[in-house]
Amino acid sequence: MSNTIKFKIDGKEIVAELGQTIVEAAHANGVYIPTLCNFPGVPPKGGCRMCTIKINGRFMTSCTTPAADGMEIENNTDEINDLRKSIIELLFVSGNHFCPACEKSGNCELQALGYRYQMMVPKFPYSFPLKEVDASSPKIIKDQNRCVLCQRCMKTIKTEDGERYFAFSNRGDKLEVIMDPDLGEKMTDEIAQLAMDNCPVGSIIKKEVGFVEPIGTRKYDKEPIGTDIDV
Amino acid sequence: MKEKILEIISNYKKDKTRLMDILHDIQGVAGYVDEEAIELLHKELGISTSEVREVISFYHFYSSEPKGKVNIYLNDSITAVMHGREAVLEAFEKECDVKEGSVSEDGEFGLYHTSCIGMNDQEPAAIINGKMFTRLTPYRVKEIVKDLKNGKDIKELIYEGDGGGRNALPEIHSMVCNNIRRRGALLTHDYTPFDVTSNILGKSSPEDIISVVEESNIRGRGGAGFPTGMKWKFGRKAKGEHHVVICNADEGEPGTFKDRVLLTEFPELVFEGMVIAGYAVGADIGLLYLRYEYKYLLKYLNGVLEEMRSKNVLGNNINGIEGFNFDIRIQLGAGAYICGEESALIESLEGKRGEPRDKPPFPVEKGYMNYPTVVNNVETLASIPKILTKGADWFLGLGDKASSGTKVLSISGDCNYPGIYEVEWGTTIKDILDMSGAQNVQAIQVAGPSGALIGEKDFGRTISYSDLPTGGSMIVFNKQRDILRDVVMNFMNFFIEESCGSCSTCRNMTTVLKERFVKILDGKGVASDIDDLLNWSDVLKVSRCGLGQTAANPITTSVTNFRHLYENLIQKDVEFDSGFDLEESVKESCAAVGRQPILHNM
Ligand SMILES: Cc1cc2nc3c(=O)[nH]c(=O)nc-3n(C[C@H](O)[C@H](O)[C@H](O)COP(=O)(O)O)c2cc1C
Repeated sequence: MSNTIKFKIDGKEIVAELGQTIVEAAHANGVYIPTLCNFPGVPPKGGCRMCTIKINGRFMTSCTTPAADGMEIENNTDEINDLRKSIIELLFVSGNHFCPACEKSGNCELQALGYRYQMMVPKFPYSFPLKEVDASSPKIIKDQNRCVLCQRCMKTIKTEDGERYFAFSNRGDKLEVIMDPDLGEKMTDEIAQLAMDNCPVGSIIKKEVGFVEPIGTRKYDKEPIGTDIDV
Repeated sequence: MKEKILEIISNYKKDKTRLMDILHDIQGVAGYVDEEAIELLHKELGISTSEVREVISFYHFYSSEPKGKVNIYLNDSITAVMHGREAVLEAFEKECDVKEGSVSEDGEFGLYHTSCIGMNDQEPAAIINGKMFTRLTPYRVKEIVKDLKNGKDIKELIYEGDGGGRNALPEIHSMVCNNIRRRGALLTHDYTPFDVTSNILGKSSPEDIISVVEESNIRGRGGAGFPTGMKWKFGRKAKGEHHVVICNADEGEPGTFKDRVLLTEFPELVFEGMVIAGYAVGADIGLLYLRYEYKYLLKYLNGVLEEMRSKNVLGNNINGIEGFNFDIRIQLGAGAYICGEESALIESLEGKRGEPRDKPPFPVEKGYMNYPTVVNNVETLASIPKILTKGADWFLGLGDKASSGTKVLSISGDCNYPGIYEVEWGTTIKDILDMSGAQNVQAIQVAGPSGALIGEKDFGRTISYSDLPTGGSMIVFNKQRDILRDVVMNFMNFFIEESCGSCSTCRNMTTVLKERFVKILDGKGVASDIDDLLNWSDVLKVSRCGLGQTAANPITTSVTNFRHLYENLIQKDVEFDSGFDLEESVKESCAAVGRQPILHNM
């Protein structure tokens, strides 16, 4: 039995390997599907809903759905792009995202997605929630104003024994990602750097160093998100 | 205390998948889960303290903060509000000297709100130290608190006597009433417990059983309506070291309480349904997930399981059927509507936060501990022994074309006789209103907040998988009710409170919608705000699970069916209103500085 499967995204034929998710297959074939919470190497958890596509007319997340032979997928359509824009706008209005003052500006995936999906002013009203900043760790700052609750830090930053540095707290509109106080206290520079790098936004910021690379010359300052994938 | 907690943890063999039980037991001895306990859990279970807190903070009935000696959870549901919740709350606040959401200064009383507790036909109701108190009045509250202050045990405090039926059994001893007002195929007492297990299972192959269930066309009664026979077939086919059957008794949809009555009066039927499912699917593990609110039934239900073990209806080689080993464990939930969603329920069973999983894979392929798992509702399982005894044709003879059998409805709200009504599928809404003695009806909420709010023009429609599907919740509102301000608002608050929050649309859009809705209620709405409500609701359709996908239904169905109520609130001849009140917003600071600014209209 062959391990190769074929399916279509917006009419374009995609050749993939059995076991690949739709996002993996799409990206390998030069078709961009936006993601935010997805992170290579750890199990997906369709949390941000950015990679929503339509398979045979049904909404699914492409980071969690395995590619299958013969699928007909809609990705770059007005309906879906509008939805993605709304999702980004919701993330903006539900937090406090002030790009000009943020260390992550230019390297921030939320900001880059905002540009890519041409968000001007969100159509939803800002909520300006009161959020805390946890600076208890000697290595990092965990800023809840900017957290998009993607779980990337929860999934990727662990001790050798597999304990998590970051965890959820509460639920619903009170949901937060908190830093374990004991583990935060003992955090190494390497872990701190990794946590900051894996965070798609500016919610985890390394202490003491900043703005080494000037704004204007950073990753998404140079080219819009996804252009490395689009062909 | 340290010794006790270590003992609890070792009772569960330091198994972190049993964290739900461990936390319940710790709270049982210590009242709440304190720093020391969290530290011990971290060391013994090998998860960080934050991972322990992550679970505690997810569930409404766990706490890492001190609680009262007596804890009162007063139900929030719309029917409680309609039947005098506010006065009851005031009475509790006054008598216990405590504000809702806190503990009294002397540490005696904790008073909290809680989402629907499955008592909609006897509201206002509260859970006090795990015991159910129904039909509360300010007078009754005074008596209860006085007796508690005088040191009476909570178990003695039953003011109306036992609620009748098996509620009067010493193992339950509860004032909860069954209120069964109409019996059909399922609720009729024509069933001899465990007959199917002794007479039919041995003579039929699992495949035979599945085909009878398939032929009967029964669909899941938990709301989603998936064909039960097909689900069992998938479960049987899926490969795994173990197979699992789960009975979903989380019954959290506001306004439904029929599973509570089924478990009280017909637990043998439900458990035998599970045994049959176990045989058909090839399962060896059986689990019943019981919502915490129904904890008062736990001892009794465990007693029934004991009896089944003693009769070899559970255990090894059940009824002499070689190799048919199946047992049932009851898992207590801890207060989270979302845990009724089958994959969230499974996460909870594994000792985690009840966050729905991404599908595929579906539970029938990878469920509890990644084993193939069949999840069925209480009522679905209770129907199975009768279908096997009386035959698929008998069942097909009931109901309508799209939906065979009967449906047990939970009817509450503005009707003379709230309670349990078993009707055939295909019954009209008008008949349902008439049989419950509802008059002067403005609207009925079919299938709970996640269903539809419908008005008079739709009362000729039927409950059916081809018309109005329902898990059974029916809440009636008369013409005096303020549908938007009271009903829709209550439902939106419910979804916001009960969303797990892990997917962005459900977490964020529900509050955005509510704010726009409140803007209209506050008289600041314009015509385009109504369109915004409908258009924005579409975003929720891409949420991960049914909660998010239906969370806008209170708004969308009320806009569709009661648009005039919205239009009455909209400002005429105003095209734009930001909804921002400058004067109001600066009031506090003006008062502080003692100056009046000159405000320009915005
Ligand atoms: C938010 C949410 C809550 C649910 N609550 C329940 C519940 O309390 N009881 C139930 O049986 N099913 C509930 N369901 C449906 C279950 O996911 C599942 O479909 C059902 O248990 C399957 O059993 P059935 O096929 O016998 O209906 C809920 C679904 C969602 C999305």
